[in-house]
Amino acid sequence: MNFKLILNIAIHLLRARLKQTVVAAVGVTFGIAMFITLVGFMNGLNGLLDGLMLNRTPHVRLYNEIKPSENQPIALSEKYKNSTNFISSVKPKDRGKAIYNSLAIIHYLKQDERIIDVAPKITTPVFFNSGTIEISGVVNGIEVAPEEKLFQTSDYLVEGKIADLNQNNSIIIGKGLADKMLLVKGDMIKVTSAKGNLASLKVVGILQIGIADIDNTMSYTSLDTAQKILGESTNYITDIQVKLYDIKTAPALATEFHNKFDLDTIDYQTANSQFETGSTVRSIISYAVGIVLLIVAGFGIYNILNMMIFEKMDSIAILKATGFSGKDVKWIFISLSLIIGITGGVFGLVFGYVFSSIIDAIPFETASLPTVKTYPIDYNPLFYVVGITFALITTTIAGLFPAIKAGKVDPVEIIRGK
Amino acid sequence: MSKVLETIGLTKYFYDPIKFKVLDAIDMSINHGEFVSIVGKSGCGKSTLLYLLSTMDTDYDGEILMNEELVTGKSDKELAKIRNEKIGFVFQFHYLLSEYNVLKNVMLPGLKLGKFSEAEVEHHAMEHLRTLDMQEQALKMPNQLSGGQKQRVAIARALINNPLIIMGDEPTGNLDKKNSDMVFDIFNQLTLEKKQTLLIVTHDNDFAKRTNRIITMQDGKIVV
Repeated sequence: MNFKLILNIAIHLLRARLKQTVVAAVGVTFGIAMFITLVGFMNGLNGLLDGLMLNRTPHVRLYNEIKPSENQPIALSEKYKNSTNFISSVKPKDRGKAIYNSLAIIHYLKQDERIIDVAPKITTPVFFNSGTIEISGVVNGIEVAPEEKLFQTSDYLVEGKIADLNQNNSIIIGKGLADKMLLVKGDMIKVTSAKGNLASLKVVGILQIGIADIDNTMSYTSLDTAQKILGESTNYITDIQVKLYDIKTAPALATEFHNKFDLDTIDYQTANSQFETGSTVRSIISYAVGIVLLIVAGFGIYNILNMMIFEKMDSIAILKATGFSGKDVKWIFISLSLIIGITGGVFGLVFGYVFSSIIDAIPFETASLPTVKTYPIDYNPLFYVVGITFALITTTIAGLFPAIKAGKVDPVEIIRGK
Repeated sequence: MSKVLETIGLTKYFYDPIKFKVLDAIDMSINHGEFVSIVGKSGCGKSTLLYLLSTMDTDYDGEILMNEELVTGKSDKELAKIRNEKIGFVFQFHYLLSEYNVLKNVMLPGLKLGKFSEAEVEHHAMEHLRTLDMQEQALKMPNQLSGGQKQRVAIARALINNPLIIMGDEPTGNLDKKNSDMVFDIFNQLTLEKKQTLLIVTHDNDFAKRTNRIITMQDGKIVV
């Protein structure tokens, strides 16, 4: 088959109906542009919101849960071994919140090649003292380097530097807490631990995560300082936070670590299941809208090609009479719709990118997200690939039926009918 | 003399509105270099016969041979190739593609055949247009031409692939006396100079009388 000739005929037919062709292509352009913009914007938002959670949540967290003993004394009794035992008023057992042998576990986890890095942490409730008023809060003792690597904590710093935590007796407090206690960077703050130890710390930074409840209670200090406040030894750690290369493996690894280290573990998915659902639903909506737009554009192409076939019956008849087979004629009309699809699609990608950039430049300032200045856009190339693929598929299908019809036109009927 | 076209027991029915025999066991043949006309009253089946011979209509009983080779039963693609390579058409209503200029219209079947390069096909097309005195109009669009001129372009297009036979369906039916004579002269010259085989369906008796052979049809049968 001579594709060059077929393409040439298709282009001439299109030129003869330039206006309709442009309208059809604009339909595709609009569909693709909207699809790209919508998906990019939705995924940008998803990324932002996921980041809020994901940045501050470990993929797997190892800790000691306060819970009752699984093996109660009655289980040891020979006499009641085969009975069903009811125990009332069971109390949780205090095994201490410290992770036993934590340094060895951290060392072991750092060797694991599925793991990006491990950050130890101490979480403890404290009171912040302001004059005679006590405000309850939480101190997170962290190791600055791994914490910053895994959770980009500095993104949420309104004032100060995270590295300043390495100074002795320094603390970074939440924005809400600072406002309440009228503290600014450089002030001293008094902290009382649950056991009554009193410490005086210097505020080196102020943090704003964007969730008021957290900003009102949260504070960060170094591992050493936290251990000092609690009066514990240098291997006292309450949490081991792990980030993985593949987040999907988190539930499996959580189970594995639980069995290996005899610690309680929780994975990202379990901790944030409602978040995941939201992201999925938003993606589905944006894809659905994009596809609907393309289907509408497809109907436009179908209509225009159908009309063109009725107008060009004579031309089809003469092409067939002079030696073009039904297949050739079919390909002429498929090329027509492909030309519309490709031109419309490519312009759609360009406009989609332009619209995305415009949205990307619109200021979006919110107190809860200090690092975000404009609306978030995801420029994932995959969306562009999906967009052009959809454009080609819909236009081909829309062109296929008219093309088959054109291929079946009986030239005798047309020539005789005159 | 080789037979360019031959039919054996060619029978055709129309089914709408009732079953009706249009062609009744037609046996005929056309030799190389003959200028044949088919005449008959309206509805005698002469156009139907031409469309069967042209391979565009394949719904018939009997056999058609072209150059002593069986055409009946070939696929759509093979038939398209035969039409492209071996048959040139001239219709009553010119049927030029309005999207292309005169030269491109003439070239199109040649480009489809793909035997020669585009430059060569263009050269051949210009030569045919020149012999038909149409070289001045080569770059005009079909809607800028008169009826007689359009028909000459159609003849040039029919000639582009040096066909075995040229078929005409009332090629002068839409033209005045002067243009009809001109078309006849062109056909006549083709037979005389190039030994071109021609099969023309017409109801113009003056035109038919001047051809080599007249086939007269009546009620689906050949009478003379």
